[in-house]
Amino acid sequence: MIAALQELFLTWQSAIGFVGINGLLALSVYATLSCGQLSLANAGFMAIGAFASALLTQHTALPFAAVLAVAALLPAAVAVPLGLPVLRLRGVFLAIATIGFGEMVRLGFVNWDYTNGALGLVGIPQRTTLPVVYLLLVAAAFLFWRLRGSRHGQALEAIREDEAVARTLAIDSTRYKLAMFVLGAGLAGLAGALDAHLTFMVAPSGFGFGRVVEMLVYAVVGGITSFIGPVIGAAFLTLLPEVLRVLGELVGVEPGPLRQFLNGAILLAVILFLPHGLASLPRRLRRWRERRKGVALAA
Amino acid sequence: MLLEVDAVGRSFGGVQAVQSASFGVAPGEVHGLIGPNGAGKTTLLNLISGLVRPTQGTIQLRGRRLDGLPPHRVAALGVTRTFQNIRLFPELSALENVIVGAHRTRRAPLWPRLLFAPTAAREERAVRARAAALLERVGLAERAGERSANLSYGEQRRVEIARALAADPAVLLLDEPTAGMSRGEVEAIARLIRDVAREGRAVLLVEHNLELVMGVCDRITVLDFGKVLADGTPAEVRADPAVIAAYLGSDA
Repeated sequence: MIAALQELFLTWQSAIGFVGINGLLALSVYATLSCGQLSLANAGFMAIGAFASALLTQHTALPFAAVLAVAALLPAAVAVPLGLPVLRLRGVFLAIATIGFGEMVRLGFVNWDYTNGALGLVGIPQRTTLPVVYLLLVAAAFLFWRLRGSRHGQALEAIREDEAVARTLAIDSTRYKLAMFVLGAGLAGLAGALDAHLTFMVAPSGFGFGRVVEMLVYAVVGGITSFIGPVIGAAFLTLLPEVLRVLGELVGVEPGPLRQFLNGAILLAVILFLPHGLASLPRRLRRWRERRKGVALAA
Repeated sequence: MLLEVDAVGRSFGGVQAVQSASFGVAPGEVHGLIGPNGAGKTTLLNLISGLVRPTQGTIQLRGRRLDGLPPHRVAALGVTRTFQNIRLFPELSALENVIVGAHRTRRAPLWPRLLFAPTAAREERAVRARAAALLERVGLAERAGERSANLSYGEQRRVEIARALAADPAVLLLDEPTAGMSRGEVEAIARLIRDVAREGRAVLLVEHNLELVMGVCDRITVLDFGKVLADGTPAEVRADPAVIAAYLGSDA
């Protein structure tokens, strides 16, 4: 009985850890989305952060804080020479070029013997704790919160709305786009390191195209009008399968296809009925209630 | 001269949109740019603001070359503009549009804001107040909070002018600022243009409303098929036989 309870706590503990890590990943995609750029390089940046941190932990005595710093700075440094040419591309071309980068990184690790190729690294000491994850998530959210409404935040919004016009107002859009690309890379690298030190392992298969699509879906389902949406989206989509599993067990439904179907149906419902994401739900409900009140008054 | 356009040309494929155009605009001067459709007026504004690069000639602001610079550098040097087909940031409010326009004048770093320093809040309040004052100047004080996409045509044009002025430009480029406006609105814009020039700014005005152009401009350059047809005071231009033949004769 006690062992079962302990196990339950452990499952939820790691789920809560993944909520925070996925929140960071969602914010890393939001960074570029906030200035209108659909960049899908973040699984690649995450891989760089994950492998670099795992190697450092396994081969050096660096404290975890320093390992995390490297995991953020290394992909950020890679993002500068990558971003300068690719951020000239727009829309779907930028998306394709950055997917290409992600695949290049993944295949690079698959073919790198030093990190055991496709198998990856195992037996990474567990250093990631919930306080660390949430401290970093709060720090990232704080940065986006303070950016909003600042001169820089307003410049980003202007670039998202109409980049050419923003440029005629003395906004150096290239610099802003690059800054957000680098910030996104750093956040993804950080999330990669936290993930590696939570799951004991890193393998290239964890950083494929599917991974970056997941991050994008967190952001879009949560809503990208502000930084809160991606965090909510990540929490919702990370916990949804867990909650469905527990509910299924309670009513005695076998786990499997039905759960996956429900998961997909809920996702579709959110996208169809809440085009501005889960974060817009309170406002939508308020408006709906007001309209009902209005109808009642008219009747 | 503050703004000096010298033998500027631009061709798109085989079409010569602007051919060796030369004129200058002095501080405090309202300079009209008129001509039939397709004469190259908007292309000239695009060339000056850096959205399009000239294939020939030079453009200088206070003796500094503008041609070849990207648009944000041109704007940073003090040239801002409005657009013929209004281009406000649709999701932002009227006030926010004007605040974005003030980007050029702002230097505040991010860290005081991260630390909730009062200097950051003070700077933001000052910029908001300045943007609100500009909206009031174009007669839109009560519309400040409205999403710009919900504003009327004439209101949107006025927000664009306020946004361009928020950058505190030395040269203001206006591309048909009164298109689609009522008579009363046009008169208000004419007064505004004169006021802006009185502040020592140069205004380059592309406009189809000849009454406005003749009434508000100190000098006028007439373009036809990408070439300068005439250049002078409104009275001189009006009396120019070439202008009458090519433009006024057919249009007025």
